[in-house]
Amino acid sequence: MELALAVLVGVLTTCAVYLMLSGNMVRFIFALALLSNAVNLVIFAAGRLTYAAPPLIADGAKAPADTVANALPQALILTAIVIGFGLLAFTLVLVHRAHQTLGTVEADDMRVAEPASDDDEAR
Amino acid sequence: MAVVTAPVAAAADAAPTGRPLARYGPALGSATACAGFAALIPTIADYSSIRVAWPWISGLGVELSFLIDGLALIFALLITGIGALVLAYSASYFKGHHKLVRLLVLLVLFELSMLGLVLADNLILMFVFWELTTVTSFLLVGFDHEKADARNKALQALLVTAAGGLALLAGILLIGAVAGTLEASALPAAAAALKADPLYPAILVLVLLGAFTKSAQFPFHFWLPNAMAAPTPVSAYLHSATMVKAGVYLLARLTPALGGTGPWLWTLTIVGGVTAVLASIWALRQTDLKLTLAYTTVMALGTLTMFLGGASAIALAAAVTFLIVHAFYKAALFLAVGILDKKAGSREIDQLGGLARPMWRTWVVVALAALSMAGFPPFLGFIGKELKYEGALAVASEPLLVVTFAVAANAMMVAVAGLVAIKPFLGPRTATAAKAGEPPFAMWLGPAVLATGGLVFGIAPELVGAALVNPTASVMIGDRVAKDFKLWHGVNIPLMLSILTFVLGVVIYLALGRIRRGLAAGEAHGLWAAESGYDGVLAGTKALAAWQTRVIQTGRQTQYFLWTTTVLAALLWAGLAMGGFAVMPRGVEAISLIELTMLALAAFGAVATVVTRSRLLAILALGLLGSAVAAIFVFYGAIDVAMTQLLVETLIVVIVAVALLRLPRLTPAPGLEVRWGHLGVALATGVATALALTAVLGTELDRRITDFFEQASATEAFGRNIVNVILVDFRALDTLGEIAVVVVAALGAVALLTRRREHREASR
Repeated sequence: MELALAVLVGVLTTCAVYLMLSGNMVRFIFALALLSNAVNLVIFAAGRLTYAAPPLIADGAKAPADTVANALPQALILTAIVIGFGLLAFTLVLVHRAHQTLGTVEADDMRVAEPASDDDEAR
Repeated sequence: MAVVTAPVAAAADAAPTGRPLARYGPALGSATACAGFAALIPTIADYSSIRVAWPWISGLGVELSFLIDGLALIFALLITGIGALVLAYSASYFKGHHKLVRLLVLLVLFELSMLGLVLADNLILMFVFWELTTVTSFLLVGFDHEKADARNKALQALLVTAAGGLALLAGILLIGAVAGTLEASALPAAAAALKADPLYPAILVLVLLGAFTKSAQFPFHFWLPNAMAAPTPVSAYLHSATMVKAGVYLLARLTPALGGTGPWLWTLTIVGGVTAVLASIWALRQTDLKLTLAYTTVMALGTLTMFLGGASAIALAAAVTFLIVHAFYKAALFLAVGILDKKAGSREIDQLGGLARPMWRTWVVVALAALSMAGFPPFLGFIGKELKYEGALAVASEPLLVVTFAVAANAMMVAVAGLVAIKPFLGPRTATAAKAGEPPFAMWLGPAVLATGGLVFGIAPELVGAALVNPTASVMIGDRVAKDFKLWHGVNIPLMLSILTFVLGVVIYLALGRIRRGLAAGEAHGLWAAESGYDGVLAGTKALAAWQTRVIQTGRQTQYFLWTTTVLAALLWAGLAMGGFAVMPRGVEAISLIELTMLALAAFGAVATVVTRSRLLAILALGLLGSAVAAIFVFYGAIDVAMTQLLVETLIVVIVAVALLRLPRLTPAPGLEVRWGHLGVALATGVATALALTAVLGTELDRRITDFFEQASATEAFGRNIVNVILVDFRALDTLGEIAVVVVAALGAVALLTRRREHREASR
C-alpha cells in the first residue's frame, strides 16, 4: 500500500505542477488543493501505515495495548489541512480581487509590479 | 594601550561645540600618542621588540597580538606624529564647517585603523585593520558626498583596494596553511618552508596583488590621483603619508618570510621601477599642484617597492630612509597646497605667481620641503637619495636597471620640486597674489614642523639612522644592520649620480613647457589609458547583471515558476542519485479492492481536474479526490484526520463554487493541446517526489516521539485520543498559532473583499 501511495503522490504532484505552470490563476487554485493533498499523503505515508488501528487508549489502560497507528503524523496533517484551507481561501479571494482590479486571471498579464519593457512587447 | 586609545577619547570629547579645545582635542590626543611611541625609541634602537597578545579566536589561530619592532615603530611614529599635525590643520582648515566633527571623527578612526594595521602581529588581525583603513578612506575620499564625482572616485578607491584586500586575505590564509602560524613574528622561522612550498607562487601573487592595489602600483595606480577628490588635509594624510604606504608596509613585513627569491626580486623591481618612472612623467604633465603631488606620491611608492625588492641591507635601509624623507616633505607640500588653495584661491600652477611677498612664511616652508624633495644637502632628502644610489648599486637583481630607474625618477622629482617651489612664489604676479594672505597658525604649524624636520634630521641623520632605520632594516634582513649615516660621504659614485640628477632635473624644469605639450598630445591619442581597464570591468559587471536580470527576471509568473520547479526537480534528482535510488525493502503488501478503488478515484480526480475545460467538473473532481483521500485516512486509523478532511473538502467545494461564479470561464481553454515542456517538468517533479517518498520509506522509522506521546497521553494529560491530546495539550501553542494563521487569512480575505467598493469609487 505504501508503494501505491507513493505512486498516487507522484500523480498528484505532477498534476499540480502542470496546472500551476498553465499561468491561469483559477487553475492555480485547483493545483494548490491538489498539492496540499499530496503533501498530507507524504506526511501520512512517511509515518508508516497501520491498518485499522486508531491511536486510542482503552478505558483503564495507561497506554495502547497493541500497535496503533502513528499519532504524530496525524496531528501534523490535521494542522496542515486547516492551514491549507486558510491558504486556499485567501488565495481564492486574492485571485478574485486581482480579477476585479486588473480584469484578468492570466498571471503573465499581471504586470503592475514588474512592468513589461519594450523588448518584452516585441517578443 | 592607553597611548593608543588616547586619540579616541579625545575625539569623543570633540563635541560639536566648536570650542578650540574640542576642535584641537584629537590633535592633542594624537600628539600624546606620538610622544608615547617616541618613548619606546631607546628600546627599539637596542634591536629588541615588544609583543603583547590576548587570546581571541583561538580555534582558528587568531590572536589579538601586537608587535612593536623597528618597522612598526617607524610607521606608528609617522601615523601619530603626522596625524597630530594634520588633525590640527584640519580643525583650522574646516573651521566653522558643518561637517567638521564628522571629518575629525573619521580621521581619528582612520588613524586608529592604520595604527592597528602596523602594530598587529597576527596577520588576520592585520587584515581586519587593513580593511578598516579601506572603509574609512572610502568615507574620507567621499567626504563631499553631495558631489557625484567624489562619490564615484571614492567608490573606485574602495573597489580597487577592497579587491586587492580579498586577494591578500586568500594569500594570508595560504601562508597560515603552509607555515602553520599566522603570527608575523613567527614567520621568518618558517621562511625556508614557505619559499620551497609549491603554493609559494600563488601566495606571492595574492599578497602582491593586495600590496600593489593598496600602494597604487602600475597598473592599479589610477585610483590614487582620482582619490584627490578628498579634501586636501585628507589627501595629505591618507594619500601621501599613511594609507598608501600600507602596501609598502606589508611588503616590508613579509620580506623576511617571502622575500629574496627570484620572482620576488624581479616583480618588485620591475613593477616598482615602471611605476616610478611613469608616475614622474605624469606628474610633469599636471597643472593642478595637488595632482602633481599625487603623481609624485605614486612615484615614491614605486621607488619604495623597487628598493624593497633589492634584498640587500643597503637597499632596504635606503627604502626605510626614503619612507621617512618622503613622509616629511610630501605631507608638508600637500598641506602647503591646501594653504595656497585656501588663501590664494587656486591650485592651478598657471594661475599662481608672485606669492613670495604676501605669503612669505608659507614660501619658506614650501622651499624647505621642496629642497628636501629635490635631494639637496644638507636635507634628509639628500641622505635618502645618496642611500638610494648606494642601495641601487647593491641590489641583487639588476643594479644598472635600478640605478637608471632611480636617476630618471629623481631627476623628474627635482623638476617637480622646482615647479612647486619656484613658479607660484617667484613667477610673474597674477591676480591671485593681490588677495593672498598668510594662513592661521594652526594651518602653518603642520607643514612648518614637517619641513623643518627634513632639515634637522638632515643635519643630524644619526637621530633617525641609528635609532630607527638600522633596527628596521635588521627586522627585514633578519640580521643586524649597523649602517653609518653621514651627510658627507666623500667623492664617490652616488655623489656623481646626484650631480647628474641635478643637471638632468634642471634641464627638465627648463624644458617643462615643451614636455607638457608633448605629453598632452600623447594623452590625446589615448596613451596610458590604464583606467579604461577598470571602467571596462565595471561596465562589464553591470551589463552582466542587466543581462541575467532580463533573462531570469522576466516579470512573468509562469517563467518564475518554471525556474523554481526545474531547480526543485533537479535538486530532488541529485539527492536521489546520491542516495542510490534506495527503494523500499519491504515487499509490496496486498492491496484490498476497496483501497485500490480509492487510490484510483483519487488519481482520476486529479487527472480530471487537469484535463477538464469545465470549472464545475474541476470542482467536482477536486471533491472526489478529497473524499477518496479521506477514505484512505479512515482505513489506516486516522479517524480525526478523515473527519477534518471531509469537512474542509466540503467547505472548499462550496466556497470555490461560489467564487467561481464571479471569475471568468477557463478561457482560453487549452483544450487537448498539451504543453509538452511543462508536462516534462511536471513529470520530473512528480516522479522525483514519489521516488523520494519510497526512499524515505526504506529507512528505519524513529518512533521515540510517538512512543512518548503514547505513554504520556493517559498518564500525564489524561486523554485517551492521542491525536487530540497532542493538538490541545502537548502542542497546544502550535494549535494556537494555527488558529492565528486562519484568523489572519480570514481578516485578509475580508479586507480584500470590502475594499472593492472604495476602489471602484476611486478609479472613477
